[in-house]
Amino acid sequence: MRFAIALVSGGLFALGLVISGMTTPAKVTGFLDVTGSWDPSLAFVMAAAIAVHAPFVRLTRGLRAPLFDTRFHWPTVKGLDPALLAGAAVFGVGWGLSGFCPGPALVSVGAGALPVVVFVGAMIAGLVATRLVVRAR
Amino acid sequence: MDSSSVLRALAGGALIGLAASIALVAHGRIAGISGTLGRALAGDGGLGFRIPFLLGLVAVGALTALAWPSALGAAVRSTPVLAIAGVLVGVGTALGNGCTSGHGVCGVSRGSPRSLAAVMTFMVTGGITVAIVGAQA
Repeated sequence: MRFAIALVSGGLFALGLVISGMTTPAKVTGFLDVTGSWDPSLAFVMAAAIAVHAPFVRLTRGLRAPLFDTRFHWPTVKGLDPALLAGAAVFGVGWGLSGFCPGPALVSVGAGALPVVVFVGAMIAGLVATRLVVRAR
Repeated sequence: MDSSSVLRALAGGALIGLAASIALVAHGRIAGISGTLGRALAGDGGLGFRIPFLLGLVAVGALTALAWPSALGAAVRSTPVLAIAGVLVGVGTALGNGCTSGHGVCGVSRGSPRSLAAVMTFMVTGGITVAIVGAQA
């Protein structure tokens, strides 16, 4: 049951990305292209996602635990730090260059096209290497 | 953008918000793709949440490739450029603790100052990147 719910959650997440057009890199770079022919789609996607999710976040404040775990796994890091801003800045460059962020890239890799497989392979290498370095400090 | 793209963006975004809400209410987990992927690759399955969630994501991508291939849009850059972008996305999301989903949808829904700062940062550097290299090769 736990497995099935997590599978459905991932599947719905992917379906949302596909339906909204976010698995089309040109729509993502079109959103970032504010000085060109701007495509506001991504703003509508985020606004709708937040409008649906925020009430559920509030709802969990009144719950002692989620259905299938003993506690909520909220992020423990608080406050701004250089790593957060530097990381976000570097991510933005890769995102603008490719039109892929991790979610749409993982959905698209399901199709098995070589360019996306290369992107995801490189992303995983960067993710794993950086986590190892950050952990080692 | 036409009215059908707006509706698709809103409907897809709502599904993403619903998927994130299921992950939170059922498993107590933040549906951030880079964090979920990074921790799963490090061998932390998150009590049975991470692997099925990621499987659902990729499986719907594979089904989309069969049923609606045009929804998985073509890459906007050459494969070597995508490899560089992939590394930047992997390094940046690991260092910055999140991407468009973890910071953009989940973090903003919580009103997290870290996530708001991250979103503003990656949108600015993404925008600058597209302003320099263009929305498509």
